[in-house]
Amino acid sequence: MSFIKRPKFDLPGQKLNEIGLALRDYEGTMSTLCAGCGHDSITAALIQALWEMSIAPEQLIKLSGIGCSSKTPAYFVHGAHGFNSVHGRMPSVATGALAGNRDLIGIGVSGDGDSLSIGFGQFGHVIRRNVNMLYLIENNGVYALTKGQFSASADAGSTSKKGEVNQMHNINAVATAISMGASFVGRSFSGDREQLVPMLKAAIAHPGCAVVDVISPCVTFNNHEGSTKSYTYTREHKMRVTETDLIPVRSEITASYYAGDTYPVRLHDGSTILLRKVDPDYDPTRRNNALGFLERYRHRGEIVTGLLFIDQNVPDMHVQSRTVDTPLKALGFDRLNPGSEVLAKLQQGMK
Amino acid sequence: MSETQSRINDFVLKIATVNGTGSASANGLLMKAMFRMGIPVTGKNLFPSNIQGLPTWYEIRASHDGYMSYLNRVDVMVAMNAQTYQKDLDEVSPGGFLIYDSTWPRERTLARDDITVLGVPLAKICNENFSLARIRVLMKNVAYVGVLVALLDIDLDIMRTLLEETFASKPKLVESNLKAIMLGYEYAANNFTCPLPVRAERMGDNSGNILINGNEAAGLGCVYAGATVGAWYPITPSTGVMDAFTKYCHMFRTDPETGDNLFCIIQAEDELAAAGMVLGANWVGARGFTPTSGPGISLMSEFIGFAYYAEIPSVFIDVQRVGPSTGMPTRTQQCDVMLCAYASHGDTRHPILFPANPHECFTMAVTAFDLAERLQTPVFMLSDLDIGMNDWMVPELTWDDNYRPDRGKVLGPKDLAKMDRFVRYLDVDGDGITYRTLPGEDPKGAYFVRGSGHNRYGAYTEDSDAYQDVIDRLLVKWETAKTVVPDAVISKANQPTRLGIIAYGSSDGAVIEARDRLEEQGIHANYLRIRAFPFTREVMDFLHDHDTVFVVEQNRDAQMKSLLMLEYNHIADRLVSILHYNGMPISSEYVVRDVSKQVNPEAAA
Repeated sequence: MSFIKRPKFDLPGQKLNEIGLALRDYEGTMSTLCAGCGHDSITAALIQALWEMSIAPEQLIKLSGIGCSSKTPAYFVHGAHGFNSVHGRMPSVATGALAGNRDLIGIGVSGDGDSLSIGFGQFGHVIRRNVNMLYLIENNGVYALTKGQFSASADAGSTSKKGEVNQMHNINAVATAISMGASFVGRSFSGDREQLVPMLKAAIAHPGCAVVDVISPCVTFNNHEGSTKSYTYTREHKMRVTETDLIPVRSEITASYYAGDTYPVRLHDGSTILLRKVDPDYDPTRRNNALGFLERYRHRGEIVTGLLFIDQNVPDMHVQSRTVDTPLKALGFDRLNPGSEVLAKLQQGMK
Repeated sequence: MSETQSRINDFVLKIATVNGTGSASANGLLMKAMFRMGIPVTGKNLFPSNIQGLPTWYEIRASHDGYMSYLNRVDVMVAMNAQTYQKDLDEVSPGGFLIYDSTWPRERTLARDDITVLGVPLAKICNENFSLARIRVLMKNVAYVGVLVALLDIDLDIMRTLLEETFASKPKLVESNLKAIMLGYEYAANNFTCPLPVRAERMGDNSGNILINGNEAAGLGCVYAGATVGAWYPITPSTGVMDAFTKYCHMFRTDPETGDNLFCIIQAEDELAAAGMVLGANWVGARGFTPTSGPGISLMSEFIGFAYYAEIPSVFIDVQRVGPSTGMPTRTQQCDVMLCAYASHGDTRHPILFPANPHECFTMAVTAFDLAERLQTPVFMLSDLDIGMNDWMVPELTWDDNYRPDRGKVLGPKDLAKMDRFVRYLDVDGDGITYRTLPGEDPKGAYFVRGSGHNRYGAYTEDSDAYQDVIDRLLVKWETAKTVVPDAVISKANQPTRLGIIAYGSSDGAVIEARDRLEEQGIHANYLRIRAFPFTREVMDFLHDHDTVFVVEQNRDAQMKSLLMLEYNHIADRLVSILHYNGMPISSEYVVRDVSKQVNPEAAA
C-alpha cells in the first residue's frame, strides 16, 4: 500500500462538473491495496465516470461483499453511504436497499470469489430480478487475501504462483450473466481506461442490472507466467468487439453517430448509449449470437471485451413489482397505515 | 381419558379427512357457526407435510369457560378417512361418539362397546343427489356438517346465513351446499336421537371477538406497522405471514388512481438473501421484515450477527416448527428460543418478543418494528405453528390512529447542518444507542457500514481498546433494551403461595387452564408469562418471590429455563422444568399432571 497522504486543498483552476464538484470530491480514503493492483485503476475509472456524469454523492450507495475488491467502496466518493456486507451477499443488500429507495444509484463492487463461488446464487438472482444497479466484478482469478488459491474464474490449464495447474473449467462471468437473462453485460480490462470509463457510464445509466466484468490483475498472486489474468496475458489476448459511449440526456445526437456500424441505444431517461461494432460479426443485442461468439473465442484463449449484451427493455425489479415512483422509505405513514376504521370493517369478516 | 357425559358447550369435536378434499371450508363453517352462537371456540389443524391424499384432522374445542388450550380428548369423532379409521376409533374418549360413512361396511373387528358409533351413508346420499364426481366428493364433506348440525344442535339459521355470506358471489353454490347440509341433517334427525348429550347451546356474546390465525394477524400487523419491504423464502409454517401481508397490501396499499403498489415484496432465492434484503431496506430507512421458521434462522444467522454488530434495525418473524434439522414441518414446538437469543457467531444477543396468541401477533409485530428502530438491532418475534396456523378466538384487534412509528435516533440534513461532523457509533446519550443517518439525504451523514472491527467513529479498526469500546457499549444498549421491551404478565393465585409457574408463547393457554384445575386440587401457583427477552425487572422479582418455579415450555432442552439460569444463576435451583415436545400443542392435562406429581409425589403415585 501507499503511505503518502495526498494534501486536501482546492487547486485553483481545477475543473468542476455540472453540479460544481471537482474530481477530488469523488475520491474516498487512501487505498490499502498493493501498489499496482488492478482494482485501484478501476476505482480511478469509476471516480472519473461518476464525476463526468455529475452524480450527487449522496445519491449514490456503494456496496460490497468480502475480498480485496470489496474493500474498494471505501476508496471512492466519501460523501456516499457505503455498505461492506458479508461474503457473497452484496446483491441481496443492494436489492433491499434499492427496494426501499429506488432513487438511489447503486454500485456493487464484487470479485470473482465473491460472485462466482460463495455468492453465485445471489449473483444469478440479482440479474434475474434486474435490480437497477451497476454490478462490478473485479476479476483476478485468485483469492488474494488468503494468499493465492484459484478462484472459479481461473482458466483451466492456468497455473498458480506456486505452480499448481488448475484442472477445472472456469465460470465465465459474462457468459453466465447473459445466459441468466442479464439486461446489460460488459467486459473490460483495468489497464484500459479509455474503454472502461465510458462503459461504466453506460452501465450506470442503464435502467437495470448492469454487469461489468473487469479483468483486474493481482500483482502479488496472479501476475506470473502461466496466469491468464496477468497484465501481460490480458494485454496480448484482449479483443474489442464493441465500443461504447454515453450521451447524456441534454446532448443532441448528430447524424455522424449513425455512420457505419455505430448505433444508438436510447434509454428511458432520455440518455443514449452509443454502440460501435468493432467486429462486424458481433451483435450485442442478440443473446445467442453473443453467447456463441464468446464460446468460440474462449476456445482460442482470447478475452473478448466491450459491451457484450444489452437489452434496455427488460423490466427492472420495480417495474415488475409495479412499485410507486416515490421511494418507499419516503412515503408518509398516513399512506401506509389503513387506520382504525378499516381494521374494524375488515374484522367483520372474521366474526 | 375422562369420560364423555352430558357436555354442553364443553367438548372436543375431531374430524378426520383426506388432504385436498375441501374439508377445510366445511370445518370452518362448523367452527364459525358455533362462534356465532356465542360459544368460545378454537380450531386446530393437524395436517401432513403433503399436498394431497394423506390424512388430515381438524379439532374444534368448544369451551364455555373460554379455555383455548389443546385437550387430549375427543368427544365426537367424524371418521371420514378409512385409512385412519382404527386410530380415530381408538382416540374417542369413553362415552363419546363416532360418526362414519356407512356406505361401505366396516370391519367387525373395529368396534368399541364404550362409545356410540353412528353410521351415515354419506357417499351414497351424495351420489344419489349430485351428478358430477368432484362435486360428490366435496358435498360429502358438507353433508357431515349437516349431520353435526342435527347431532350437536347447531343453529341451522346461522349455518344458512354463513353459506350465503361465504358464497355471496356464487348463489348457485349456496343452493348446492345447503342441499348437502339438509341431506345430512335430515338423515341424522330421522335415524338418531338428536341432539346428543354432547351438544352446543347458544350462550354469551362473541361480537367483541374474532376468529383469526397468528400468521394472518402478524401479516396484518406488519401492514399497520408501516412495513414496505417484505423479503422472504417460502417455508412452512411461516408462509401465511407473507401471504397475509401480500393480501392486505393489495387491499390497502395500492394507489387508487395509478394502481401503483406502496410496497415491494420480494420472494428471495433463499433465506440468506431474504435477510440481506431486510438489512438493505432498513439501512435506507424503509421498514423491512422477513417471516421464516427455524431452518431459515439457521441460514440467516450470518446476517443477524452482521446486523447486531453494524446496528441495523431488522425484524425477523420466526414461526417455529419441530426441529432439529427439517424435523416435522407441520408440527409445533418452542424450540428456537436459544437460537434466536444468541444467533450468529461471536458475542451476540437479540431482543425477542413472545406472542401468546394471534392478538399479540398483531400488536407485537408493530412493537417489533419500533424496537428494532429504537434499538437499531435485529428483533425477533417468536410465534409457532400452533399460534400461526390454527384458528383462535381472540378479542377484536384495535388500532390507535394517533400511533406514529418510533424511528429511533435518525439524523436528517437539518440536524447534520448543526453539527461539525457526524460519526456513527458515538454514545452521546449514554443509553448505548447511537445516531444513524440514511443514505440519499446528505453527504455529511455518509458513513461506512461494516461487519469488520470498527471504532466509535465508524472507522475500521484492529485496535484492541477501540474494538472493545464498541462491543462494551453494545452491552449498555442491552441494558436499555430491558427497559423498553414489553413487560411480563403476572396473574396471582387466589391465596398467597411460594409456588410459581413461568411460561411463554403458545404454552399460555395450557397454563391458564391448568391453574384452575390445580386450584381445585388445592395447589395454588402464581403465574408469570414472559413476553420478551431480555427479561424485564419483574421476572427476577418473581423468581425471588417463589421457592419453586415451574418453567413450562415446548422443547426438549429447557431452552427458556436455560436463559433464565444464565441471567439469574444464583437462584437457578428453584427452577423446575415442565417440558412437552412431541410436536402436538401442550395440553392443560399435561401441565396439571406434571405439577401435581412434583408438588405432591405421594398423591400422584
